[in-house]
Amino acid sequence: MAVKFNKVADGDYSLDVTGYVCPHPQMYTKKVLDKIEQGEVLTLLFDNPSSGESIMAMCESEGDDVFERNNTGGVFQWKIRKG
Amino acid sequence: MSKELEGIVVNNSTDSELAWFARKGNLYALTILALISIGSAMALGVDTRWIYLLVYLWFGFAYGVLLQYGRFCMASAVRDLFAVGVPRMAVGVLIAVALFSLSAAVVKVIGVSTYFPSPIGWHGLIGGAVFGFGMVFAGGCASGSLYKCGEGNIGSMLVILSISFSQVFYVTQGGWLNKLVPAAWTASALSKHMPASLSVTDGWFDQFMAGYIWDLKSTTMAKILGFDGVTSGAFIGDALFCAILPSLLILILLYVLYYRKGYLRRRKVGKPTVTEHLHGIWSMLTASRNTAIAGLGLGIFAGLHMWVIGELRNHYGIFNFGELLAKMGHTAGLSIQNTVFDPGYWYITTQEAQWGGWVLHKLGMHDMNNIFYGLENGLPNPLFNAPGWMSIGIILGAASMALMRREFKWKIPSLETAVFAVGGGALMGLGARIGLGCNIGAFFAAVTNGDPSGWVFLAGMVVGAYLAVKVFSRWLDWRASRENFGI
Repeated sequence: MAVKFNKVADGDYSLDVTGYVCPHPQMYTKKVLDKIEQGEVLTLLFDNPSSGESIMAMCESEGDDVFERNNTGGVFQWKIRKG
Repeated sequence: MSKELEGIVVNNSTDSELAWFARKGNLYALTILALISIGSAMALGVDTRWIYLLVYLWFGFAYGVLLQYGRFCMASAVRDLFAVGVPRMAVGVLIAVALFSLSAAVVKVIGVSTYFPSPIGWHGLIGGAVFGFGMVFAGGCASGSLYKCGEGNIGSMLVILSISFSQVFYVTQGGWLNKLVPAAWTASALSKHMPASLSVTDGWFDQFMAGYIWDLKSTTMAKILGFDGVTSGAFIGDALFCAILPSLLILILLYVLYYRKGYLRRRKVGKPTVTEHLHGIWSMLTASRNTAIAGLGLGIFAGLHMWVIGELRNHYGIFNFGELLAKMGHTAGLSIQNTVFDPGYWYITTQEAQWGGWVLHKLGMHDMNNIFYGLENGLPNPLFNAPGWMSIGIILGAASMALMRREFKWKIPSLETAVFAVGGGALMGLGARIGLGCNIGAFFAAVTNGDPSGWVFLAGMVVGAYLAVKVFSRWLDWRASRENFGI
């Protein structure tokens, strides 16, 4: 299973790191967030719970807003707006 | 859909209409708890002395619950610090260190501490570095990998298997490995006049132990600083100077390097005062509530664990569970000293080495004529391996917690993850044997019991993890460029 990164629309990106364990999800998320512009939205899909803690802390520290969080059967879908 | 306080929206409306005990995840968790309880009752029915083993199991369960609840992983403590600038776990570990140092001091004063300091030497740095490097690729430290097994993470199960079987190789292998042993070690090992059956001059690990480790000194901070009284030694010498003060210093460093900038920016503070900084440090300590609670809980339970085992040893008049097993009629697999691995506190890696060792021994692939199994730890049946049940308890406790939070999910590793898991696990096994323990045994249990060798191991872990993050980052960049996603 490969990491899937797509531009969904203008200012709207998606990153799917399901199946990956620490530290892949947080490191890929950091790389993506470093590349997108302020105000753009990233929809992140992952299923490794502990990565979520790191990503949450990372976003808080960098001023990125995790404005929506869903959990469907262990798969987390988060929406992050770059600060 | 209902929105809970933390903002997690559970996408399962029919399930949320059921009572809490009827929801699937909770049912599974209750089943696990019921099975362990029934098993415990049955064991006690056979022989009440199994309580000694059951104590390990139930404390393991508690550790597992807390580890999963706080997503507590020491690999994350160093790895996420360097990889994504997040100090969350480093802070959590230091909270746990401070708490355990206090509960361990209480146990010392009561007089039932089960801890013995470890020798200080280069092996701590080297072992720590190898372990630290491995755990970044493995995706978790030793305790972290165990709790992640409980989340359904099959990659973590591969890590545990790799830690388990790789150690058997390290502690039994002679042959060509003997050529790597310095002559001084061989001579020193010979001079110890160990029983011939152990063949201490054949085997890299035997000579490492008998010819190098046994010649090193161990000490406590209380001794170094001259705190001779039991209470002053335990609380001031060991807890304060070996655990709490160093932890405070590291916390301040973490704040300055990794938290201050973001905090001051969020608070829109231009010229911060000391009070602002103190608020900042408090904010850092409480940033992840689950982690802080887990740290507190682990520190307290680890101390309780030592106390209970210490009291049980007094009660049964033993120094080691092997003696009790012998009294109970189970003599198979005991060491020549009638001992088994029985640390008396939270520990990981040695019991996994015994699992792997027992399997390979039954398959006729090695024997017990070495220091690790033959002299010290024995090869008891896994059913009778007390700290082995602690590891199983960790997995079951974490599974129960994960099921209740709907986070349990079988995760089949990709080839990359599987290779990293096995390779990382093998390095962790090697580092743990060289360093005489892992992030728990060689660091957490040590620094909290006044043993400065724990900080040496941590220093090694930090260096190893730092290098591994650099390599890992390059690897991710290479993969990203190959798959052309322009990250």
